[in-house]
Amino acid sequence: MAAGVAAWLPFARAAAIGWMPVANLPMPVAPAGKNKRQDEMIILNVSGRRFETWRNTLDRYPDTLLGSSEKEFFYNEETKEYFFDRDPDVFRSVLNFYRTGKLHYPRYECISSYDEELAFFGIISEIIGDCCYEEYKDRKRENAERLMDDQEDNKDAKPPNMTCRETMWRAFENPHTSTMALVFYYVTGFFIAVSVITNVVETVPCGTSPNQKEVPCGERYTVAFFCMDTACVMIFTVEYLMRLFAAPSRYRFMRSVMSIIDVVAILPYYIGLVMTDNEDVSGAFVTLRVFRVFRIFKFSRHSQGLRILGYTLKSCASELGFLLFSLTMAIIIFATVMFYAEKGSSSSKFTSIPASFWYTIVTMTTLGYGDMVPKTIAGKIFGSICSLSGVLVIALPVPVIVSNFSRIYHQNQRADKRRAQKMQKARLARIRISKQGTSNAFLHSKRNGLFSEAPEFTSSTEEDQRLNKSTSLLESQHHHLLHCLEKTTNHEFVDQQYYQQSYLEAGLQNYPSRSPSLSSRDGVSGTCCTRRSKKQHAPLQNASGPAHMQPLTQVHAHPRGLQELSTIHIQPLSTSRSSLNMRVDEPASLNCQSSQITTAIISIPTPPVTTSDGDAHLRAGPAHQNVVKVSAL
Amino acid sequence: MLTMNLEGLEMIAVLMLVVLFVKALGWFGLLEAGYDSVEDELELSTVRHRPEGLEQLEARTRFSRKELQILYRGFKNECPSGIVNEETFKDIYAQFFPQGESSTYAHFLFNAFDTDHNGSLSFEDFVMGLSILLRGTIQEKLNWAFNLYDINKDGYITKEEMLDIMKAIYDMMGKCTYPILKEDTPRQHVEVFFQKMDKNKDGVVTIDEFIDCCQNDENIMRSMHLFENVL
Repeated sequence: MAAGVAAWLPFARAAAIGWMPVANLPMPVAPAGKNKRQDEMIILNVSGRRFETWRNTLDRYPDTLLGSSEKEFFYNEETKEYFFDRDPDVFRSVLNFYRTGKLHYPRYECISSYDEELAFFGIISEIIGDCCYEEYKDRKRENAERLMDDQEDNKDAKPPNMTCRETMWRAFENPHTSTMALVFYYVTGFFIAVSVITNVVETVPCGTSPNQKEVPCGERYTVAFFCMDTACVMIFTVEYLMRLFAAPSRYRFMRSVMSIIDVVAILPYYIGLVMTDNEDVSGAFVTLRVFRVFRIFKFSRHSQGLRILGYTLKSCASELGFLLFSLTMAIIIFATVMFYAEKGSSSSKFTSIPASFWYTIVTMTTLGYGDMVPKTIAGKIFGSICSLSGVLVIALPVPVIVSNFSRIYHQNQRADKRRAQKMQKARLARIRISKQGTSNAFLHSKRNGLFSEAPEFTSSTEEDQRLNKSTSLLESQHHHLLHCLEKTTNHEFVDQQYYQQSYLEAGLQNYPSRSPSLSSRDGVSGTCCTRRSKKQHAPLQNASGPAHMQPLTQVHAHPRGLQELSTIHIQPLSTSRSSLNMRVDEPASLNCQSSQITTAIISIPTPPVTTSDGDAHLRAGPAHQNVVKVSAL
Repeated sequence: MLTMNLEGLEMIAVLMLVVLFVKALGWFGLLEAGYDSVEDELELSTVRHRPEGLEQLEARTRFSRKELQILYRGFKNECPSGIVNEETFKDIYAQFFPQGESSTYAHFLFNAFDTDHNGSLSFEDFVMGLSILLRGTIQEKLNWAFNLYDINKDGYITKEEMLDIMKAIYDMMGKCTYPILKEDTPRQHVEVFFQKMDKNKDGVVTIDEFIDCCQNDENIMRSMHLFENVL
C-alpha cells in the first residue's frame, strides 16, 4: 500500500459505516491499537547529518530496515538517536521514499553506491518510481556491460571442458580468441575480396580479338576465372559447413541473415554446375550470376560499422516507410498532372501516366536528366512545383535517420529496442505483482487465522502477541476493513487459483438440497488449506463422502430461507472452545498435517442467533447464519 | 479544343500557386496569434485551497487539535493542492480494494462527503464527514448512512437506488470470491434489506423507518460503534 494512502486508511474505515445497515452478519472486532502513543519524532544521524521524521512515517514499510525493529541495533542510548555510518546524500532519497512513497534515483549518484545503500536499508530497487526507473535501468545495464567487457578482456584462458564444437563456435564468433581463429578470419576476408574483384574484372573488356569485337575478360580467360571462382566457392562452402556444424542451435543459425547470405552467395555456382550448356536456361543462368555480388555482404561479419548501418536502417524502418509512402503519393499526383498538362503538346514524351512517373521521380529527387521536359506553360509551372516539393519531402525524414544512426553508433548497442520492450513488459509485471501483493497479504493472513477476534478465548497470550507483531497495525486495520466487506456481502475473498478451481467444480457438482430435518453432519476441519488438505482425506463415515472432496459452491445464504439452499457447505465448526483454542495455538496453519482434525457437528437449521459469542470467532460466526463452507479434503 | 484545354490548365496552375502562397502566409502569420489563448488557459488551472483555521475546525468538529493536525498532514500529503477531485478520490479508495472495482462505490461516497456539491472535496468537507462518522451520535451516523444510500437526495430510498449501492458494494469484492458471486445476489440482498426496513411496505424507505429499524437491530447498533477508536 502506498505510503500517502496509509494516511487515508482511517477515512476508508470510517466510510465503512456505510456498509453496516446493509450487512446481515455481525462485523468482526476491530484490531486494538496496540499501545497508542502520540506521534513522536525520531532522529536519524547519518554520518553526522541529522534527519528527523515521525515514527509513523518510518512504520509505513515494515519490511525495510528503518521500518522494522532492525533499526534498534543502531540506537545510540546517550544521544537518543539512531546512528548510521552511511552516505547522507543517498540517505536523502531513502528517507524521501518513506515520506512520499516514491523512490527516486538521483542522476549524479553512482549506480553501484546507490545499489549498496538500497541493499543496506532493505529496499528493493524495483519500486523506483517510473520517472526514474528508465534511467536507473540504463545505468545499471551499462555498468553490467562494462563489467562484462572488463571480464572478457581479463580472461585469456578459455574455460576448460569445452567440446570441440563449442571451441569452433567460439572461434568463429570471436576471432581474437585464438590464433587459428584469426588466421581463418583473415583468410576468409581475403577470399571474399578476391571473389568480388573477380566478378568485377570479369566484365571488363580487355583487348580485342581478331574479329574486332571487344571481348570481356571473362570470355577471354574463361578457364582462369573458372578456377578462381571454384576455389572461392569451395572455401565458402567449407566455411559454411563448419559454421553449421559448430552452431549451438543449427535451426536458429540457418535462419539467421548471415547464413542466408552465405547460401545465396554460393548457390549460383552449384546451379551453374548442374545446368551446363543448356541453351534454354542459359538466360536464367546469367541472371543467377548476379547473386554472386551478395558475397560482398559477407564482409559485414568483418566490419562492425556495416552491422550498425544495417541495424540503423532496420530501426528506422518507420521513417523510411513514411518517406517512401509520401514520395509515392507525390509521384502519382504529379505524374497525373503532368500527363494531362502535356497532353496537348505535340511530340510530347509524356505518353502515359506511368511514363510520367520517370519524369516525376527524376525531378523530385532533383536529378534532372533532361530526357523528358515539359513544353507547355502549364507543364512547366507544375514541373517547378514538383521539384520544389520534392526537395521538401525528401529533406524531412532524412535528419531523423541521421540522428538515429549517430545515436546507435555512439551507444554501440544492437539490441537496444528489444531490451526496451522487455523493460516495458517487466514494468507491467511489477505493477501487477505489487497490486497482487496487497490482496495476497490479506488472503495469507486470513489463512493464518491471524484474526484474533476473541481476546477472551485466545488465552495463550504469548502466541497471540507473536502473531500480532508479525503484521503492523496498519496492515491489521486494512485487513479488518476487508474482512468487514466480506461480512457485509457474505462472500469471501479468495485467490485466483482457488477461484478457478471452484469455478470448474461448480459446473461438476451441484449438491442436492438437504431437508431441514437433517440436523447433523460430520465435517472435517482445516478450512484454509484447500490444496494441501486435498491430499489428506480423513475417513468419513456417512455418505457425505463426496461432499468433502471438493469445495462446493454455495447459493447466498438467507438467514432464514434454508430450504432454498441447494448446496451446502459444511463449516468445520467445533463446539468445544478448547479445541478451537488449540487450533489458534499453531500459527502458520497452512500446515494442515496437524493431527488435530476435529470433527464438527453442526445443526443446520439454527435460527440466526445473535449471541454475544456469535461473532467472537472467525469460524464460529458464519455457522450461526447457516453459511457453512465445506473444507476440501 | 486544344487551346481551351491549355488555358483551363493554366488557370488551375495559377490558382494553385495563389492558394499555396496564401497558405504559407497563413502558417507564419496566423500561428503567432493562436498561441496566446492557449497560454492564458494554463494560468487558471492550478487552484490552491487553504482550509480555515485550526480553531474554527476544532469548534465545528469533535476532533481535538492534535487529531486535526494528524488528519491534515495525511490529507495534504496525498493532495498537495488542498482539494480532492473525484478522480483522485477514486484512485485513493481503489488502493484499499485491490481485488475489486471500487470506483462506483467511491463515486457514491464522494457525493456523500461533498455536502456542498461543488465537485471537489476540501479538507473541511473531509473532516466534517469524518467527525460525524467517528464521533457522532448514533442518530447522526444513521443519518449519514441514509444520505449515502439516497442517491438523489429526495428523502426516500427506492429499490433502484439501493440496488445501485448494493451492486457497487459487491463490485468491490471483485471476481475471485468464495462463493462465486451470482448475477442476482445484489438484488436478493436488496430484497432482504427492504423486507427488514420497509415497515409500511410502500416500496420506499424513509429516514424514520430506517432509523427506527436500525435502532432495533442489535447487529447494526453494535457495528456502529466499531470504528470509534480509528484515530
